[in-house]
Amino acid sequence: MHELGVTENIVNITLAKAGEAQANKVIQINLVVGELAGFVPDCIQFYFDSLSKDTIAQGAVLHFESVPAQLRCRDCSTIFPPQDTLWSCPKCGGQSVEIFKGRELYIESVEVE
Amino acid sequence: MKKIEVIQNILEANETIASRNQQLLDKHKVFAINIMSAPGAGKTSIILQTLTRLKGRLNIAVIEGDVASTVDAEKVQGKAKAVVQINTRNMPESCSLMAAMIELALKDMPLDNIDLILIENVGNLICPAEFTLGEHKRVVISSLPEGDDKPIKYPLIFVDADAVIINKMDLLPHVDFDIAAFRRSIAGLNPKVEVFQLSCKTGEGIEIWCSWILEQVETNAPKR
Repeated sequence: MHELGVTENIVNITLAKAGEAQANKVIQINLVVGELAGFVPDCIQFYFDSLSKDTIAQGAVLHFESVPAQLRCRDCSTIFPPQDTLWSCPKCGGQSVEIFKGRELYIESVEVE
Repeated sequence: MKKIEVIQNILEANETIASRNQQLLDKHKVFAINIMSAPGAGKTSIILQTLTRLKGRLNIAVIEGDVASTVDAEKVQGKAKAVVQINTRNMPESCSLMAAMIELALKDMPLDNIDLILIENVGNLICPAEFTLGEHKRVVISSLPEGDDKPIKYPLIFVDADAVIINKMDLLPHVDFDIAAFRRSIAGLNPKVEVFQLSCKTGEGIEIWCSWILEQVETNAPKR
């Protein structure tokens, strides 16, 4: 639902980086999006197509690397994937867990020419 | 073709404005609480109760975030020191308040005469989790009719909360809400979180909640 603002930031950061590199065209933007981050790639793509129009990023490919969610048990440090509604440690049964991976939302790199 | 390494957080623009907001608040010794919940959990009711209970003790301003209407601002008007209504309908995003909206709202506030700002976010458990506003504390309200599984369904908002309010406690005899299970799942995600059980109808827990607010303001942003 909040992908428009996120996509605006993606376009702004990309154009700034491409400008610094004196690029003529952005070919691909490599994004890293965690499973828990709550952003929908299709939705970002949809907004990107309209926001990048008439810029050097128009037509660039958005490549999404999805990071699966991983939790870490605070008691025994086991790292495990969440099982839909049960977030307890498979090793010790502990219910005190922290999110280890899956909240990422960043631009990894931009490919230009 | 050339590859430029970027590694830049996409939400950085929001976070930069949020820290600017917090600096401004700190300069004027104003404490800010971001109140988040699903629609209908009781954000406005709890704000009204808080304004009534802390009247004469703290000068409180309210920032109301809604997709449309000024219904909430009208309810709060007269009880708060200042009210700013933000309608997100015509903004790039409508699902959550964002730091830039708060930055604008703060321009309309007499910050030197305010001790505390209660920010009522847009009713939503997903989007507000991603956007900090410059607040000092984040509070999530869950109400009994919503069910006790919300921390597992929407973990992020609970992971980052400083306090969670279980609201509408008066409905406990009528709904299947396992308070112990709910508290266990929040504590699992976020061991440091404070949990309050409230009812705006009966007044249960309001006093404890307001004491917590007073303690936060007095420790972190005392005006005098």
